[in-house]
Amino acid sequence: MAEERESANPFEPFQFSTRVHLRELTGLRASNLEELLEQIRTVPGSVIYHHTHHFLEQHLYLSPEPPNDFAYWVAERLGDARLGEKLASINTCDFSTIRELRERLAQAIESELKKKKTTTASVPEGEELHLIRSVSFVLRTPYTAGNLKEFLEGLKKVTIGSLYYHIFEARLRLERPTNDFSFWLEKALGEKELANQINRLDPYTHTMEGLRARLIWLTEKRLKP
Amino acid sequence: MKLQDYESVIGKDNLDELFLIAERLRGKKIQNINSTAVGGGVAEILNRMVPFLQEMGIDASWGVIKGGEEFFKVTKKIHNALHGKGEAITPEERALFCETNERNRDVLRPDADIYFIHDPQPAALVRNKKELGKRWIWRCHIDISVADPDTWQFVRSFVTDYDASVFSAPSFSFPLPIRQFLISPSIDPLSEKNRELTDQEIQNVLAKLKITSDKPIVTQISRFDYLKDPIGVIEAYQLVKRNVDCQLILAGGTAADDPESTEVLAKVQEAAADDPDIHILLLPPGSDLEINALQRASDVVLQKSIREGFGLTVAEALWKGKAVVASAVGGIPLQITHKYGGLLCHSIEGAAHFVKQLLHSPEYAKKLGANGREHVRQNFLLTRHLKEYLLLFLALEHDEDIVYL
Repeated sequence: MAEERESANPFEPFQFSTRVHLRELTGLRASNLEELLEQIRTVPGSVIYHHTHHFLEQHLYLSPEPPNDFAYWVAERLGDARLGEKLASINTCDFSTIRELRERLAQAIESELKKKKTTTASVPEGEELHLIRSVSFVLRTPYTAGNLKEFLEGLKKVTIGSLYYHIFEARLRLERPTNDFSFWLEKALGEKELANQINRLDPYTHTMEGLRARLIWLTEKRLKP
Repeated sequence: MKLQDYESVIGKDNLDELFLIAERLRGKKIQNINSTAVGGGVAEILNRMVPFLQEMGIDASWGVIKGGEEFFKVTKKIHNALHGKGEAITPEERALFCETNERNRDVLRPDADIYFIHDPQPAALVRNKKELGKRWIWRCHIDISVADPDTWQFVRSFVTDYDASVFSAPSFSFPLPIRQFLISPSIDPLSEKNRELTDQEIQNVLAKLKITSDKPIVTQISRFDYLKDPIGVIEAYQLVKRNVDCQLILAGGTAADDPESTEVLAKVQEAAADDPDIHILLLPPGSDLEINALQRASDVVLQKSIREGFGLTVAEALWKGKAVVASAVGGIPLQITHKYGGLLCHSIEGAAHFVKQLLHSPEYAKKLGANGREHVRQNFLLTRHLKEYLLLFLALEHDEDIVYL
């Protein structure tokens, strides 16, 4: 846990960490809407996190606006385009905890189920949604930043996994009030405007490399005399 | 080949990250065990993976169990039954399986920290766990989703003694009382089978194999195995041939642990009859350059399997920017997003339809191939696979969702 605190400590140089992950099968699956609702309500938060975020990394060239797995499965496998669209349009940025995101997903499915008078159809065998848990490993990279210039250099050198950790994982999974970059820029360097600019970005509508480019551009702009 | 050589493919940042993770495993003794040193995807992956683990400071090794012809007949039967094909295993065959595993006890390194056992053939080695202790992982490379229940129960009785298992796709697995991880296999972009080739190199191989490029080439590369449906490929080609004058290449080798392949090859030759545009090539082990050149010379690559472990030949063809038509089985749907990075089919007629479509629309074929290559770069290269194995070894010591290393 020491690294978690160090990364977020505003009075120390910024420690770029990186996050890599491994997928673990839970053995749980859903074959219709009722089962999906039940699973969304009861699976561990790491499962909800995986199914709403892995597209960002796995299909990073396909973004922007990657769908979450629930939306994709409901639309493409269950054939319910309307609910699929509803689930896809849930803005992950609006939630600061997995609990809230889980609740919103469940509400959307529940209200759709109430409208249906009969039991919903099931997918054929082999097309079930398999619930997967994401196990994250956080490591310190050799890169640190004590000022804006070093911060910029770090942004250019770290992996996508590092950006992912400080932007997505820090906020939603570790329930920090903002992303790590904005927190440190404001508290340690007094760079309130740049911190706000980064905080206002909707990271879910950029590709990961696009997000890096945007962060670099904003920082370079601030460094210009 | 050194890991450093991959920097040009994956970038310095990703390469550094690999070494950063490996530092946490420095000096660990990890022994891989399977049943063949050559032929098939498992041996191919281990051939690369073990030296790379060593290069990163991990004491990795690779042992191969030995067995007679009868043992491999039994393991082939088990393999087929786990794929949902063939008959159940007799008590005598089960006994032979266990005895052979017991005789191979010496393959196990007594000082290993982790025993990494690949596929069902050596699965019963776990019976030595009580004596040797340490961590044991069972890596399942095949699709067991429609396994014969009795055969799976037999294999499962060993698997449940492991600390963790690994499957290639979510649908391949069964509920187990041990942890199950999901790790897709991979291809090596710098190997002889996948490296860039010059036009001259491609032409030289075609000339050597007596293939001319005067007609569009449709190719399936795979072992001569019923599960790869080579006869179905010939039938699909015959449907295409009614409208497009093309040629078919069916090329593959045999694996030391697959005694059925000679019989399949004979049936394929019979089905091809005397069509001069069907080239059946039995390639000896190590024909990587030839396979590379054949894939690159092709207009369309087919993988019309009935069942697949993962179907790495699909990733190989996509990496070469080729349009691929493949059955939606096993791990293939993970590699191909239909109509985006290739085309998925469910029948001989469907395969023929898509091949025709691609031969008639080379621009469409090119676009599918380009998308497919990018998908492979992100998800199916050896370096990603290596990273996930490192994390797997680390995960054995951690149960939590977020692990701070």
